[in-house]
Amino acid sequence: MQSTPLKMTPLNAAHRALGAHMVDFGGWDMPVNYGSQIEEHLAVRQAAGMFDVSHMLAIDLHGVHARSLLSRALANDVAKLATPGKALYACMLNEAGGVIDDLIAYYFREDMFRLVVNAGTADGDLRWLTELNARFDSGVTIQPRRDFAMIAVQGPQARERVWQVWPETRAATEALKAFNGAQVGGEFADGMIARTGYTGEDGFELVFPAPQAESIWNRLVAVGVRPCGLGARDTLRLEAGMNLYGQDMDDQVSPLDAGLAWTVDLKGDREFVGKAALMARPQARQFTGLLLIDKGGVLRSHQKVVTPSGEGEITSGTFSPTLRQSIALARIPLGIEPGATVHVNVRDRQLAARVVKLPFVRNGKSLLPA
Amino acid sequence: MSNPDNLKYTASHEWVRVDADGSFAVGITDHAQEALGDVVFIELPEVGRRYAQGEACAVIESVKAATDIFMPVSGEVVAVNTALTDTPQDVNGDAYAAWMFRIKPDNAADTATLLDAAGYADVASDH
Repeated sequence: MQSTPLKMTPLNAAHRALGAHMVDFGGWDMPVNYGSQIEEHLAVRQAAGMFDVSHMLAIDLHGVHARSLLSRALANDVAKLATPGKALYACMLNEAGGVIDDLIAYYFREDMFRLVVNAGTADGDLRWLTELNARFDSGVTIQPRRDFAMIAVQGPQARERVWQVWPETRAATEALKAFNGAQVGGEFADGMIARTGYTGEDGFELVFPAPQAESIWNRLVAVGVRPCGLGARDTLRLEAGMNLYGQDMDDQVSPLDAGLAWTVDLKGDREFVGKAALMARPQARQFTGLLLIDKGGVLRSHQKVVTPSGEGEITSGTFSPTLRQSIALARIPLGIEPGATVHVNVRDRQLAARVVKLPFVRNGKSLLPA
Repeated sequence: MSNPDNLKYTASHEWVRVDADGSFAVGITDHAQEALGDVVFIELPEVGRRYAQGEACAVIESVKAATDIFMPVSGEVVAVNTALTDTPQDVNGDAYAAWMFRIKPDNAADTATLLDAAGYADVASDH
C-alpha cells in the first residue's frame, strides 16, 4: 500500500535516539510518544514539554498587497493585525464556505506576512493561495519555508526554559502578549519566537533554520523540557477545546458548525472567499464538549450522539489525563444547553454524557463546573 | 521485555498461563501494551459465560485506541481480575502480572494450538 517513503523532519534521528514510538502521521514519520503519553501530557500541564511541529509549514507572503490578499483569502479579518508581530487565528474557506485549512497569520511588515499551516493541507493551501493571488492580481510572492524547523515549547515553565537557554532573546520576547511573535535573529535567523501553542498552556513556538534543529532540541532537553509526542499534543488540544483539522472540520464543514464562528468576521463590506455561502447558510449545528458520566469506555470520533433534539456526532474523543475521565468534541443539534445529559453509542451500549462548555482545561486547571 | 517461556501466546497478542488447577489465566502481551500505549479502560468478560476460541470477549482501551481481547481457547470464564477495572494502567506496568480473566478450557489439549514464546516473538516482530 505505502509506496512513497514517509517524510521526515530534521528531528527524526533525535526522536529515534530518545526511543520514540514513530507513526505515519499523514505521510510524515512522527513520534506519537516517547513512553507514557499521559506523563508527557501532565508534564506540559505542570512544567514544560516540547513538540516537534516541523511537519507544519510556514509560508511567507512578500509584497505590498499581502494584506489585501489575506483579507480576501481568510474568514477572519487581518485588519486586526495592526502592530508588527501580531498573530491571528483564521480559517481559509472555499467558495462553498467549507474549511480548506485553519492557520495562524502573523504580521511583520506591510510587505511581509507569515502563515503557519497544517502539514496535511500545506500543498493544497499553496495551490489555493497561488490561485487567489492570480485571481485578485495581488502580485504577492508566496514563499513556502520548508527550510525552517519548528518546535512548540509549552507549559507553565516553558518560557523560562527558553530564556534559560537563550537569555539574549528575553528582552524581545518577555513583553510578547499571547498571539504575538518576534523575529529575534541569532540561531533563529529570520524565523521567530511566538507566544502561541496548541495546548491551552502558556509557551512559545520556535521557528528557525532546519540545520539548527538538533542543537535547539538538545539544549531544551538539557534544561529539563520533556519531549512529547503527537499523542499528548492531541489530548492537550482536546482538553483545551481546540479544533483539529480533518477531524473536527474539513472542506465539507462550515466553520459556523465547527465552533469557529468567533474566527469568522462577517462585519462590514469586506469580501472574502466563502462569505456569501456562510451568509446564505446560517449555523445549523453547535460544537460543544462532552464529558462521559457512565463508565463503559472512551469517547471516540464518529460515535453517534443521541439527544432529545436529534442526533449528533463526536468529532474527537479521548481520555483526559487531567480530568481522569473521557471527553469529546461533538457536533450536536442547536438548542441543547450546557449541563444537559445526552447519550453516546459506545459499542453495544448507550452511555450518558454531559454537555459542557469548552474548554475543559486551561492553564493547568479544570474548568468543569464543580 | 522478553516474553516468558512458561507462557503460551496467540497471534492476536494474548498470553495464556496454565495453572496448577487446570484453569488458564489470560492477559495481553508486553508487545501489545507497548503498541496500545497508556491503558485507561478495561471491560472484562462475564463470569460464567462461555466463548469459542477466537471470539471477542473483552475490550481494552488506551488513550489512543480501543481493541478487542480474543478468547485464546474455547471455554468458560471462571474469574475476572476486577482490580484492573480501577487500575487499568497496571497492564502497562507489568503485562504478564496483569491477568484479565481465567477460563476453564473445554479441552486442556487446546494449548497445542497456541504459540510458544519463540513463535510469538516471530509474530510480534512482524507488527
